[in-house]
Amino acid sequence: MVVKVYGPVRAACPQRVIACLLEKWVEFEVVHVDLDSGEHKRSDFLLLQPFGQVPVIEDGDLRLFESRAIIRYYAAKYEDRGDNLLGRSLEERAMVDQWLEVEAHNFNDLVYNLVLQLVVFPRTGRHSDLAIVDSCERKLEKVLDVYEQRLSHSAYLAGDAFTLADLSHLPALRYLMDEAGMANLVRDRKSVSAWWDTISSRPSWKKLLQLL
Amino acid sequence: MEIKVHGMGMSTCCARVLLCLEEKGLDYEVVPLDLTAGAHKQQPHLSLNPFGQIPAFEDGNVTLFESRAINRYLARKYEAAGTDLLRSGSLVESAVVDTWMEVEAHQFNGPIYKIIRQMIVNPIYGLPIVEEVVEAAAQNLGKVLDVYEERLGTHKYLAGENYTMADLNHIPYLVYMMRTDRAIIVNSRPRVKAWWEDISSRPATLKVIESMMPA
Repeated sequence: MVVKVYGPVRAACPQRVIACLLEKWVEFEVVHVDLDSGEHKRSDFLLLQPFGQVPVIEDGDLRLFESRAIIRYYAAKYEDRGDNLLGRSLEERAMVDQWLEVEAHNFNDLVYNLVLQLVVFPRTGRHSDLAIVDSCERKLEKVLDVYEQRLSHSAYLAGDAFTLADLSHLPALRYLMDEAGMANLVRDRKSVSAWWDTISSRPSWKKLLQLL
Repeated sequence: MEIKVHGMGMSTCCARVLLCLEEKGLDYEVVPLDLTAGAHKQQPHLSLNPFGQIPAFEDGNVTLFESRAINRYLARKYEAAGTDLLRSGSLVESAVVDTWMEVEAHQFNGPIYKIIRQMIVNPIYGLPIVEEVVEAAAQNLGKVLDVYEERLGTHKYLAGENYTMADLNHIPYLVYMMRTDRAIIVNSRPRVKAWWEDISSRPATLKVIESMMPA
């Protein structure tokens, strides 16, 4: 059974799911959802995802949404296929959970707003609010300073191995560096920069980039 | 005491962890932190939580931050005690719990945080309540709870027939909102209202509400 992933390949949240499926060698097909024409807010899509957001996956009878819940599901279902992405002991799992929450609550919103202001708005003819850009950039600097400290004595966020905590950062970091022109936020920090080089050179992520 | 929660009872994120501890029937100690004096932005707290937020959590040698991660840890470590909050015996059931935990974090938390920030936190700091911000957030929260209303028409709780972490994580902000005139966002939706009456009257919840609002 091929897993169906609803969403545009270019959007960050579907990419989080696709990166995980590629890590676990799960066969999938992408069902494109056209966000520009509002396809995700139409009634047939709302039957799949009541909040009108991407991605959604269908895997046989199972349908799930919320990208971080989907990656937890596949990481657990195929725990021993490829690298273990959840952590093995209670303590390792707790560190993965902790840094996944950091990604969701301290990191993601700031990058999302920067990309909205610097990439999405200009594309749709709206002006960027430079005060918001400036405020988000300052806050993100502070967050990445904590990452720098963490990664200066830990190869990955949750410890010595690549996990969902790292994977979950890949899509937004790529947007920040390649599309919003803010690679310096990563490159100015030695350990964060080395971590990005490591996680973005994983075969799964390189395969995902070929889909773009 | 083995388990320590650094923070304060009235903080919503601390209350989230206390709810889990109470559901599991565990002993714990709340180590108070004076946020008005900025204790969370200074050492020694920064060594427990480098982002300078509360809560921070200690269980013997394990130190953690981020309330939802702490709750997952507690639910796994004490799986057999008290309520089974993650349904981890079934891959699919636990995925549904995870989904609605993410819905709480990404759909529900944003707008209700704005309402509480404006209506309850701003007055504490002598700041004005900006009605337009409250109204916009209330509209957004209403749309989210419309989806809950439909969900709760076919399921007793958000993740199915059992009370789980997906329900529990919603409680702290709702405790405060239900004491404002914006309680109508819940009360005007019959199934959401019944769900709230159910989860807010659990013994564990009643105990934590007391620590959120000392007499």
